[in-house]
Amino acid sequence: MSALLEFDVVSKRFAKRLDAIERLARRLGAHVAEHTVHAVDRVSFVVNEGEVVGLVGESGCGKSTLGRVGCGLYAPSDGAVRYRGQPVQTADGARRPIQMIFQDPFASLNPRMRVGEIVGEAPRVHGLVASGEVEDYVAGLLQRVGLDAGFVRRYPHQFSGGQRARVGIARALAVKPELLICDEAVAALDVSIQAQVLNLFLDLRDEFGLTYLFISHDLGVVRHLSNRVVVMYLGRVVEIAATEALFAAPNHPYTQALLVEVPRIDRRRRTFVPIKGEIPSPLAPPSGCHFHPRCPHAMPRCASEAPLLREIAPGRQSACHLNDR
Amino acid sequence: MTTLLSIRNLRTEFATRDGVLPAVGDVSFDLERGEVLGLVGESGSGKSVTGFSILGLIDPPGRIAGGSILFNGEELVGIGPERMRALRGRRIAMIFQDPMMTLNPVLSIETQMVETVLAHENTSHAAARDRSIAALARVGIASPAERLAQYPHQFSGGMRQRVAIAIALLHSPDLIIADEPTTALDVTVQGQILYEMQKLVRESGTALVWITHDLAVVAGLADRIAVMYAGRIVELGDADAVLEAPRHPYTRGLLDSVPAATAPGQRLRQISGSTPSLLKLAPGCAFRERCSRAAAACSAMPELDDRDGRRVRCHFPLIEAVV
Repeated sequence: MSALLEFDVVSKRFAKRLDAIERLARRLGAHVAEHTVHAVDRVSFVVNEGEVVGLVGESGCGKSTLGRVGCGLYAPSDGAVRYRGQPVQTADGARRPIQMIFQDPFASLNPRMRVGEIVGEAPRVHGLVASGEVEDYVAGLLQRVGLDAGFVRRYPHQFSGGQRARVGIARALAVKPELLICDEAVAALDVSIQAQVLNLFLDLRDEFGLTYLFISHDLGVVRHLSNRVVVMYLGRVVEIAATEALFAAPNHPYTQALLVEVPRIDRRRRTFVPIKGEIPSPLAPPSGCHFHPRCPHAMPRCASEAPLLREIAPGRQSACHLNDR
Repeated sequence: MTTLLSIRNLRTEFATRDGVLPAVGDVSFDLERGEVLGLVGESGSGKSVTGFSILGLIDPPGRIAGGSILFNGEELVGIGPERMRALRGRRIAMIFQDPMMTLNPVLSIETQMVETVLAHENTSHAAARDRSIAALARVGIASPAERLAQYPHQFSGGMRQRVAIAIALLHSPDLIIADEPTTALDVTVQGQILYEMQKLVRESGTALVWITHDLAVVAGLADRIAVMYAGRIVELGDADAVLEAPRHPYTRGLLDSVPAATAPGQRLRQISGSTPSLLKLAPGCAFRERCSRAAAACSAMPELDDRDGRRVRCHFPLIEAVV
């Protein structure tokens, strides 16, 4: 297996610039600092060719930001993202093989464009098909994702949510990608439609030999699709493991809590035992290990020193001081 | 146990430019005191509109076109606005998906909670304030007296939902209707809210209708489950029975669609097709286009048959093999 996409100590910070009044106040001697959010904090992992990597975490953990850095939509503040060894940001043509599928099937399609243009524009611009053949090409793609080829003249508002998700997938496939970054691609869909789209992802993977980085908050979906899982909390990776190993024996206390909290049909009328507290604001993350205020095993060391992500078993990494004992 | 809520043949319609949309086609169910009912369905199944109908929250162009809603023996369909206002918030409360639908962003939590108490009871401001603090403490909000003075934007999403729950609990209502209250929340926070709700309804004997699209959420919470499809209940029964041995092909399909039902990496057993448009609903069973068991008989609407406490709206229900 060779590395397809590589995150090498990637950080992404967003700073809120000071407005005119705040700049003036600072010049007059007031203590006004720029707000900086560390959306992604020194993240390193590799997506190998042909693999499905699940990226899970709760809201604000930086998983979507990381996905966007991965496909070159955002430039990393620090570190590098490489695709087949080439930097994604600067290499010519390095970004076409990486396509993104977005969560909201309503916001990610231009309402003023017909489906034929939405799907056909990029392959025409990239010169993948001659302009005379675009229509047939699009019709073939629509059929492949389970839509009627006659839909090319329709506008997005004429489709249901599940059909729009399929249009989004057809658009990504149009440029013959190798890696799909799916950002909560099925989160907005009803259960019965979600199953159809997940099946489509599985079929396409076999047919086109695709690699996926599958970003989701839904552990059930991630468990079903992924070979490996990366767990994030407040901008940092806390655990990386093969899917089976992770679900059988989660190492990091946050992963453990996450797995316990997932509602399951076979776990009936149980007494809920919640983990305490809520996710802190990423504007002011806790010191040391970000999880320590909510962690049942927290020690004094956890508040002062951030644990490093290190290997605890072959192919398995976790960032927790408990592993040092 | 006595019956608290009894709904018979409820029909709620919306007049649209393209014709009359029967959001709720025909819904009947009973709810006992202190019972938790999970009302499950996909988008457009009519589960939320059923909840809104109970509270009299259907505004034009929508209207309750027929049927009956008996609450404590009192008919709620066609009830005057004065009487409805006296019940709403006091005997029946609602928790919405988005807590900002309950909370006013420009008023402090104190103003909103005290107002809710005084709307239904003639008591002093100080007493109302004490009750509000107690209610906040019950839903697990730390230092409730200080938090009471704050505004909604100073609370996180999970905390806001707790405040909304505290407001719903202020008058110890007989019935709470909760419309997807944890859908917008993170998994760990959702676990906390489910925990609080379970504890609170047990303590106070409040009946709960929990509306959701997620079978897994109600699996851990509900005594009984009602599954809705295209404006009708298609299956209703004890939670264990419905989840372990569903009899309606749609319920079976929903349970099979959940990734956990299939070995990782295998194709999921999907339901083909999509939900029909309620505007162009053909007569007969609304699920027949997507159903593998459909036959000629399905072009007539099946009744919601009652068989040993299980109600199923299907001509060809799935019956467990008799051993």
